[in-house]
Amino acid sequence: MRAPLWHLAWRSLANRSLTVALTVLAVAISVAMLLGVERLRQDAREGFARTVSGTDLIVGARSGPVQLLLYSIFHLGDATNNVSWRSLQSIAAHPQVAWLVPLSLGDTHRGFRVVGTSRAFFEHYRHGRGRTLAFEQGRAFDGVFEAVVGAEVAARHGYVPGQRIVVSHGAGGLGSAEHDDRPFTITGVLARSGTPVDRSVLVSLEAIEAIHLNWSGGVRMPGLDLPAERIERFDLTPKAVTAALVGLKSRTAVFSVQRHVNDFRDEPLLAILPGATLQQLWSMLAIAERALLAVSALVVVAGLAALVAVMVAGLNERRRELAILRALGAGPGRIFVLLALESQFIAVLGCATGLALVHTGILVGAPWLEARFGLELQAGWPGSSEWRMLAFVLLAAAVASLVPGWRAWRQSLAEGMTIRI
Amino acid sequence: MVEGHPAVRFRDVVFRWPGAGRPCIDIPAFELARGDQVFLQGPSGSGKSTLLSLVGGVVLPERGGITVLGVPMERLGAQARDRHRAAHIGFIFQLFNLIPYLSGLDNIVLPCRFSQQRARRAQPSPREEALRLAGCLDLDSHTLRRPAAELSVGQQQRVAAARALIGRPELIIADEPTSALDAGRQRVFLDLLLEQCAEAGSSLLFVSHDERLASRFPSALRLDEINRAGCFA
Ligand SMILES: Nc1ncnc2c1ncn2[C@@H]1O[C@H](COP(=O)(O)OP(=O)(O)OP(=O)(O)O)[C@@H](O)[C@H]1O
Ligand SMILES: [Mg+2]
Repeated sequence: MRAPLWHLAWRSLANRSLTVALTVLAVAISVAMLLGVERLRQDAREGFARTVSGTDLIVGARSGPVQLLLYSIFHLGDATNNVSWRSLQSIAAHPQVAWLVPLSLGDTHRGFRVVGTSRAFFEHYRHGRGRTLAFEQGRAFDGVFEAVVGAEVAARHGYVPGQRIVVSHGAGGLGSAEHDDRPFTITGVLARSGTPVDRSVLVSLEAIEAIHLNWSGGVRMPGLDLPAERIERFDLTPKAVTAALVGLKSRTAVFSVQRHVNDFRDEPLLAILPGATLQQLWSMLAIAERALLAVSALVVVAGLAALVAVMVAGLNERRRELAILRALGAGPGRIFVLLALESQFIAVLGCATGLALVHTGILVGAPWLEARFGLELQAGWPGSSEWRMLAFVLLAAAVASLVPGWRAWRQSLAEGMTIRI
Repeated sequence: MVEGHPAVRFRDVVFRWPGAGRPCIDIPAFELARGDQVFLQGPSGSGKSTLLSLVGGVVLPERGGITVLGVPMERLGAQARDRHRAAHIGFIFQLFNLIPYLSGLDNIVLPCRFSQQRARRAQPSPREEALRLAGCLDLDSHTLRRPAAELSVGQQQRVAAARALIGRPELIIADEPTSALDAGRQRVFLDLLLEQCAEAGSSLLFVSHDERLASRFPSALRLDEINRAGCFA
């Protein structure tokens, strides 16, 4: 006695294929939004967490810890103040400090950040589970006018070692000044790391100093053209940098070194623990995340409401059909199951389509998101939290499916076989 | 179910639709013998369809006993009554008898999907039995493959008749199946239906407001002769 229901539900849906397809689409879009937001949230977190490892402290001018983390590591926003070279030297001399990598930010190359740093960066910068940066081609910079480009920079512009590039002053863009009198030669291209380094051009601190020698207040001083060979004779030691990555001899000293930096006498400085600050960032974003998730959940509710509305509205046209089924021996219970089955079928199809939609979306949108925001999306098998969400949607759909079923049940009880129009 | 029982027996049956002030059905006695073909005439709104719902066990009387093929309806639960209806009664309605999204053939075999008994009695297989019945009712296989919604009214009624007859149910109930047909088609349809019922050995209870059809049946009755409650709205 169970067999005909599947058959009937399927044929009935196939008969109303346009309405059903549109309803499936409504559910699918809502599910895709929910899963997409969740995927974005997770991959963003994972991406951020992957970016800094192996660094015990980040030192910068005193500002907010999150702000320092964002501009020094993620190249989001700008520093309000610099750290003087003298203070950095003094911190580097602290007995507990094993290494210190200075970072000097501010210039760009065709929209990509230019990072002035030391060669120690390639040795100490770690990402993922402690992996160092690898060279796809070439080697680290050596001379003043040599540069290493990240994977994304190289991929976008087809850079290979030996090519010459020009750095822009400031954020770049229309009409901004170019340091075109001092081109750089690319010596190396880095392998992809999934970190902001992929979208960076790395040069030496001396180079940053050198390209700004004849600059003042953001413009090049007229009549002061310095040929590259003469620059080598200047003292290119920087006066200040933006921030520094610090590694300690022992992790147990992290709080004492942090206190030492925060209490620094000569200028107001700030040292942060990258992991702890990342946690702080997440808790700041938690409200926004939750709000976004709540909105997506509401969209799913709207999708399911549309499903129920379509099924209940359809009941009116199907009175005769249900009366015939009653006459053929279908009890009100089976009429209930038929309608619930049809609704649930639409919901399942909607969820599957939504899942497919998210994954096509990721496949199509991932290169753009990565190039534009450095967000690396994984087009993999859905993770446990996504399955949990899908299960939740299906459960909600099962509850929603009871509504058309219940309406049909009541209708068939009240009307029996008599068809009243 | 004992062979000797009448197909339908009403004893002091009173039925009232929920919310209705007075009863719609009040039948002290009514009997339909096995194998009989009875025409029951009554004007519109007199309670003919209500009577058929009672026979089908879709609704239960307020008082009295209804026995269908020897089984007292009031002793069965709702599910058992549904099963009883599926197994032993074939229905034909006035109009739009078919599930619109199924083909003619799928409509005919539908009772066999709802009842094992009907399926078993449709020999050699439900599909072949459906094709045979359709042939007897002048339906070709091309018509049977089309969705029910695309068939003419006459074709639909013949498909409905085949569906009622499949699996040889003991009782066929027809609720004005000819009222949408013209006089010529009415006669052809009635002849086919009576012939097939006789062949299947099914009792037939045929209700209509149209007394002109009465002459074609071995026995005819008027509802107001047996029903004390005239339930005109
Ligand atoms: N499902 C129902 N719920 C409530 N009242 C009903 C229901 N079906 C029928 N009635 C009422 O019962 C009375 C008899 O209706 P019924 O359908 O049995 O008449 P009928 O003789 O079949 O009429 P017709 O020839 O027009 O089909 C009417 O007053 C009708 O309003
Ligand atoms: Mg009627």
